[in-house]
Amino acid sequence: MKKSVFFGALAATTLVSGLAMAGTLDDVKARGELICGSNTGLTGFGAPDASGNWSGFDVDLCRALAAAILGDASKVKFVPTTGETRFTALQSGEVDLLVRNSTWTASRDSELALDFVAVNYYDGQGFMVNKALGVSSAKELDGATVCIQTGTTTELNLADFFKENNISYQPVNVADDAEAQRQYTAGACDAFTTDASGLAATRATLPDAENHVILPEIISKEPLGPVVRNGDSAWGDVVRWTYYALLIAEEKGITAANVEEVATSTADEEVKRLLGVSGEMGAKFGLDNAAFKNAILAVGNYGEIFSRNIGEGTSINLARGLNALWTQGGLQYAPPFR
Amino acid sequence: MTMAIDAPRQGFRLSMLIFDTRYRSYTIQAVVLALFVIAIGWLGYNLDQNLSDRGKELSFRFLWQRAGYDIPQTLIPYTNDSVHFRALLVGLTNTLVVAFIGCICATILGVFVGVLRLSNNWLVARLMTVYVEMFRNVPLLLWVLLSYVVLTETMPAPKDFKVTDEMTAAGEAPAASMSFFDTVAVTNRGTNVPAPLLERGLGSIDLGFMSLNLTFLAFVAVIGGSIYANNRIVSDARRRQETTGDRPVTWWKSLLILFGPIAVMLVALGLHWETPVLKGFNFQGGMFIAHAFTALLVALTLYTAAFIAEIVRAGIQAINRGQSEAAFALGLRPGRTMSLVVLPQALRVIIPPLISQFLNLTKNTSLGAVISYSDISGTLGGITRNQTGREIECVFLMMLVYLSISLTISMGMNYYNRSTQLKAR
Repeated sequence: MKKSVFFGALAATTLVSGLAMAGTLDDVKARGELICGSNTGLTGFGAPDASGNWSGFDVDLCRALAAAILGDASKVKFVPTTGETRFTALQSGEVDLLVRNSTWTASRDSELALDFVAVNYYDGQGFMVNKALGVSSAKELDGATVCIQTGTTTELNLADFFKENNISYQPVNVADDAEAQRQYTAGACDAFTTDASGLAATRATLPDAENHVILPEIISKEPLGPVVRNGDSAWGDVVRWTYYALLIAEEKGITAANVEEVATSTADEEVKRLLGVSGEMGAKFGLDNAAFKNAILAVGNYGEIFSRNIGEGTSINLARGLNALWTQGGLQYAPPFR
Repeated sequence: MTMAIDAPRQGFRLSMLIFDTRYRSYTIQAVVLALFVIAIGWLGYNLDQNLSDRGKELSFRFLWQRAGYDIPQTLIPYTNDSVHFRALLVGLTNTLVVAFIGCICATILGVFVGVLRLSNNWLVARLMTVYVEMFRNVPLLLWVLLSYVVLTETMPAPKDFKVTDEMTAAGEAPAASMSFFDTVAVTNRGTNVPAPLLERGLGSIDLGFMSLNLTFLAFVAVIGGSIYANNRIVSDARRRQETTGDRPVTWWKSLLILFGPIAVMLVALGLHWETPVLKGFNFQGGMFIAHAFTALLVALTLYTAAFIAEIVRAGIQAINRGQSEAAFALGLRPGRTMSLVVLPQALRVIIPPLISQFLNLTKNTSLGAVISYSDISGTLGGITRNQTGREIECVFLMMLVYLSISLTISMGMNYYNRSTQLKAR
């Protein structure tokens, strides 16, 4: 009897774990809340303000997703994760997805059994130094002390860059952006290296931003994007296409302000499908037909999200560059919504 | 009147497993064992199932892949081209070195504070009480963070040591200067101390799987030989004392035999000191001790010493006052009373709890993670785990390593404990 109970319990656990693996989308719907793994605090990309409201470029993608699935952009719980804890948090099911400047690499796709579903920011690794050092190129950093976040791709790129250029450095390992900023401000490291966007964000929060300069070398490709667990492609599709919906919206000139009006007046068939006016594309993803309209309504299109959080004119002041739409010479390109 | 009641002679029935006290304990043990095995089996099955659901498998092959990252403090040769296993070893040596030095410092400081807490001087005794209570009652994590932040925030940057031409012309001194006759520089990154260098090292031989440093071996041999010879001298002297009653003077012989050969060897190999010099961004040359190490060591020492102080105080107070009074009555001076009568007996009380303090200190080195000290939980459990995605394997290896270190320490200390214990004859 004991044996049968044991195997029964085993079967039940397997079933439960199997179900949990299969349907993140159903889990989110049942929970009525999206749990989004975010940065511990990187201004412009994902950081809580004084009253605990999260805002930023990555945060807005989570909000768009919540609006698409649950119809309410505020139904998101943000779980701060560091470079070292993020993938474990995702794999253990603590978060539904990660949107926190994570670089898409081959080994993360294969060895870590993750799925990168899109690239919401094309980036590269750079260095920031104090102007007083008189350094104008990263190759002049021989013998410098460099602050580096552990558990990141930038850590590996840093080692490769210095080795290739035959120069030496002393690493100072830090766990997150806040600690890096403290050490860098205290002068405990000469240079701080991370994704160029992260450097710009960190620089913007320094009290004497004009005294710090981001060196011209970009030493790597860092395609940053949302990540989901391997083996749940239905969920991956929802995340991917919510993101593409925001891109298509920018391409078609649909904004948060005019989306309702466009929905009633448009003659463009792709826009009609996107906004759920005709066809039932939303339902095919297991969502409401107006899901993508809700997403755009909540946060605006990709361009709006970009310029609101990190674009020119904000304190971070990043140009669109590679992240312009493909129609404007950038790399952001969505497959047809058909 | 006595009554002898024999258990009724009956055949064994199944119900006796529950109702008969003679068999009940077996039943309970069997059930507990079965439950335990089931629990372990369930956990193992769950792990296997969940891993295969994610398309992963348990494998330690990743240990032989290129690590690709740099480690701030390496006691054995390591580059980013080394394999993850090498990074594990680097982390292990970093753990061991901070634990070893920490244990020694904490013991010395702890004994000192423990004795002073019993001082008749009111102020000294109270100061020590304040120290002990303060460190014992605040979490170690906070002490680690505090010492790290203090070191990195208050010390001058390397550029403050720079003397420019304008400053010499104006007769100004730089904002910071090196201490200990211009040999030690404490910056906000770490401490640069002079490094001993040998002009004519003995080289090393390659054994294929590892390389043997001949200089190191020679040092070990010379020091071991000196200690052995000194022990012989001391035991000869004791034998003379026991047979004839007078003890020959041996201190100069001991000094000569302990320090003579090593000094001769150092001179022969051409010992000189390389002092750190400010060059470019940092001090170059000499030895660099990162603040992560110093901060962790300071915090561990101060924290554990507070506990050791209490253990020492308890040990001394456990010895009956009559013992020292009897020793005084025999005419022994206070110092000899302490070393010959009180301490040997106090050690019996002190050593067992001291073992667990050493174990605590060793395990607490893993708190270095908060200041990114590259110990084994920083390399294997931090970066390697993260870069390879092998959480289960890395954590398992880490547990194994900490378990082995702890068991080795308690084995050694238990051996020492047996040698100081009361011998029942």
